[in-house]
Amino acid sequence: MAAPQPKLDPLAARLEGLSLPKGAAWATDAREAALGRLTAMGLPTKRDEYWKYTDPSSLTQAGAPKATLFDTGEAPLFDAVDRLKLVFVDGVFDAALSDSFDLEGVEIEQISDAMSHDIHWAKDVYGVLEADGQNPVERPLAALNTAFAAEGVAIRVTGDVSKPINFVYLHRNETSDAMLHHVIRVEKDAKLTLLENGPAAARFSKSMEVDIADGAEFHHVRAQGRDHERRASTHIFTRLGERSVFKSFTLTVNGVLTRNEAVIDIRGDNAVAHIAGAALGDGATGDFHHDDTVFITHDAQHCESRQVFKKVLRNGATGVFQGKILVKPDAQKTDGYQLSQSLLLDDDSIFQAKPELEIYADDVVCSHGSTTGAIDEEALFYLRSRGVPEGPATDLLVLAFLAEAIDEIEDESLREDILARLEGWLERHGS
Amino acid sequence: MAVLETEVREGVDRETVETVQAMGGKYKYGWETEIEMEYAPKGLNENIVRLISEKNNEPEWMLDWRLQAFKRWKLMTEPDWALLNYPEIDFQDQYYYAKPKSMEEKPKSLDDVDPKLLATYEKLGIPLKEQMILAGVEGAEDAPAEGRKVAVDAVFDSVSVGTTFQKELAEAGVIFCSISEAIQNHPELVKKYLGSVVPITDNFYATLNSAVFSDGSFVYVPPGVRCPMELSTYFRINAENTGQFERTLIIADKEAYVSYLEGCTAPQRDTTQLHAAVVELVLLDDAEIKYSTVQNWFPGDENGVGGIYNFVTKRADCRGARSKVMWTQVETGSAITWKYPSCILRGDDSQGEFYSIAIANNYQQADTGTKMIHLGKNTKSRIVSKGISAGKAQNTYRGLVTMHQKAKDARNYTQCDSLLIGSECGAHTVPYIEVKNNSARVEHEATTSKVDDDQLFYCRQRGMDEEEAVALVVNGFCKEVLQALPMEFAMEAQQLVAISLEGSVG
Repeated sequence: MAAPQPKLDPLAARLEGLSLPKGAAWATDAREAALGRLTAMGLPTKRDEYWKYTDPSSLTQAGAPKATLFDTGEAPLFDAVDRLKLVFVDGVFDAALSDSFDLEGVEIEQISDAMSHDIHWAKDVYGVLEADGQNPVERPLAALNTAFAAEGVAIRVTGDVSKPINFVYLHRNETSDAMLHHVIRVEKDAKLTLLENGPAAARFSKSMEVDIADGAEFHHVRAQGRDHERRASTHIFTRLGERSVFKSFTLTVNGVLTRNEAVIDIRGDNAVAHIAGAALGDGATGDFHHDDTVFITHDAQHCESRQVFKKVLRNGATGVFQGKILVKPDAQKTDGYQLSQSLLLDDDSIFQAKPELEIYADDVVCSHGSTTGAIDEEALFYLRSRGVPEGPATDLLVLAFLAEAIDEIEDESLREDILARLEGWLERHGS
Repeated sequence: MAVLETEVREGVDRETVETVQAMGGKYKYGWETEIEMEYAPKGLNENIVRLISEKNNEPEWMLDWRLQAFKRWKLMTEPDWALLNYPEIDFQDQYYYAKPKSMEEKPKSLDDVDPKLLATYEKLGIPLKEQMILAGVEGAEDAPAEGRKVAVDAVFDSVSVGTTFQKELAEAGVIFCSISEAIQNHPELVKKYLGSVVPITDNFYATLNSAVFSDGSFVYVPPGVRCPMELSTYFRINAENTGQFERTLIIADKEAYVSYLEGCTAPQRDTTQLHAAVVELVLLDDAEIKYSTVQNWFPGDENGVGGIYNFVTKRADCRGARSKVMWTQVETGSAITWKYPSCILRGDDSQGEFYSIAIANNYQQADTGTKMIHLGKNTKSRIVSKGISAGKAQNTYRGLVTMHQKAKDARNYTQCDSLLIGSECGAHTVPYIEVKNNSARVEHEATTSKVDDDQLFYCRQRGMDEEEAVALVVNGFCKEVLQALPMEFAMEAQQLVAISLEGSVG
């Protein structure tokens, strides 16, 4: 049989005009290796099993489709939080808008600086976690990012950082095509809270590699949204050491296409990984397609993983969930939980899910649940009979539905900020 | 084996223990019948397709249909998405047609059938006599005789040996015969329905089957008729290196009801054997079909040598409003199982149910599940799948539930539970859920766990040995599905569950 034709042509078109950023020898090696992976895999297409429910063509085409800016009139998120702010405008670091890098217990550098040093800790992280995460499922867009992303930061956390670091992604140019790559290492027993917000660019590719050492903690709260026509493909690759903690929450509103992939590799015993997401889509204000794709590998004993994803969809919005728990043969005493639910507010909206379990160890408890349905008529009737008009009553039930995901945010004030965003969105998209 | 020395203690069901002893933990149906066979030449080409058609004395349209399928098959590639790992199948290294020499002249009645064949089925516990009940079904004697009759169509390698109770069924208007006879005697029905549920272009194995199927069963239940007895087909692979490709077509006309049982076994051999069947069910308004399978093909020995490669396409088309189909399967055999009995819920208010127990021990691999395709309003489906893995086996549930936009108020409930026995096996769940309208409600739950230590301890404390205790716990785990089986099968299935797990503990 003839070998299958490599999918080179679309790839060549995508790579046109891109060049590997310069750096130290190891950095160039890492980028070239990523390019090699990408060339071997080719770009994803709708025919790939992993892209069955999401069409990647607008992410793989040569230029970014235009995305008009949209002003909600809201104050920027996390403005009231005491934080260290790092601002990227259309994917380019803006030193003038950002705070100084001085913060006790943490070293911050731009990725271009980190990758120019011959000896740097980032060598063990940059492209390394991504390469690990390519198996068993290929993620060509992540390899593309590793090869070509010139912007981003390298953060090494050595202590309990007194305030969160906040990546703010501003979008100003309607055709910006941004690529960011962050590497983060949380050293033994250290702790970091990372906040991310902003629409970022017309097309945004972001990869984040997070290496969490023994006993370390990484908390992550992210809000994606605002511009209706924006597109984003994001990856989080994380590796967990013994007793370490990884907790991530993402709120998504608006956006013609969002694909969030998380690849969580639990390597140390007694580690905990929680990942949650809440998405709200209204097809009436522009197409909305949101895809959460999660792959959790349990390769250690006594670990816990938890996935909670909730989506509220209306007016032809589409939600996708692909979640997988893989339990390796020796990962005994694993506790894996996965929940994906969607609330369809009308007949035009679509929810597609593929919640998978692949288990090779016998002493484990793994479960998943997935439900889809309309708003509970009885609950609605209950509220209406007590004088709540239909619109607010629906909003109330939507908030109640999303609560389980939002509760995954540990910090109360951050939870309140996210909740305020949600309420604002519901108000603008009044039921 | 430990059980042999075990005294029967209080609290342990004596029967359970005796059954386990009697079966001795070996594959019970591994013997072969020595009988002179007539084979088609080895390999697959257009001439073989023509030969099979000629042997069955088929009309021109049937041959054309087969040739069209074969032409299509040559362009297809074998699917590789299932979580199965097996050496490449050489489709040219198989016999596609094998029939006992004594069947050269089709026997006119059961009395004319070669005694060796009759003895074979007798030994399998399926005597081809028109008796009231199947042998070995305990408790059935108490049931009213009328309701407990079972008509059997026995398929031996490529041909149907005989069908019992044909006369009595004919009186009720039910047609039950081999598909080759149906092609001769009821061409209008076959033409209308064959390939209408599983088209010849459907998938690699179904297309292969369409080209080379040699025999199988045909059932037509006319409007308003409740089939007076259970119908059953028993498939036996005997010849070596021979693939079995049977085709089953069941049509339940308006307000008809039929319960259909299917059983399968094969001799124990070192070489693997191919089995690719297609089952099509058609349901018109208010019809109901219950389709139960106990699949006990030779699973290969404890080192994973030999066994049947089982690639089956089963699909029910609920065309009529308020029609109802129920698939129940107990999958204990086969080295490789690739099987997804599906329901197309086209008629408004139609219902589909799928109950499955899949047990994989030693080196068995099973990738099985269902598809529920909701097209009509108020359609309902329910999936209960129990997967049990032991030894070095891999067991996957793969399913699809899709709610189309017009399937208003459709409902689905899915429950997939996996049980792991031993640390070298795997249990996997791959459900696809697609919801395109908001009045549809879909619920999916899955769990994976091991046999509960507390339950085991409880049983051991009361004097059961570990294997017995595991069998008891597993039977409890499977209860929901076992209860859905007709009584004839429930008993056998329950025993099989225990047997299939022999040697999996300790």
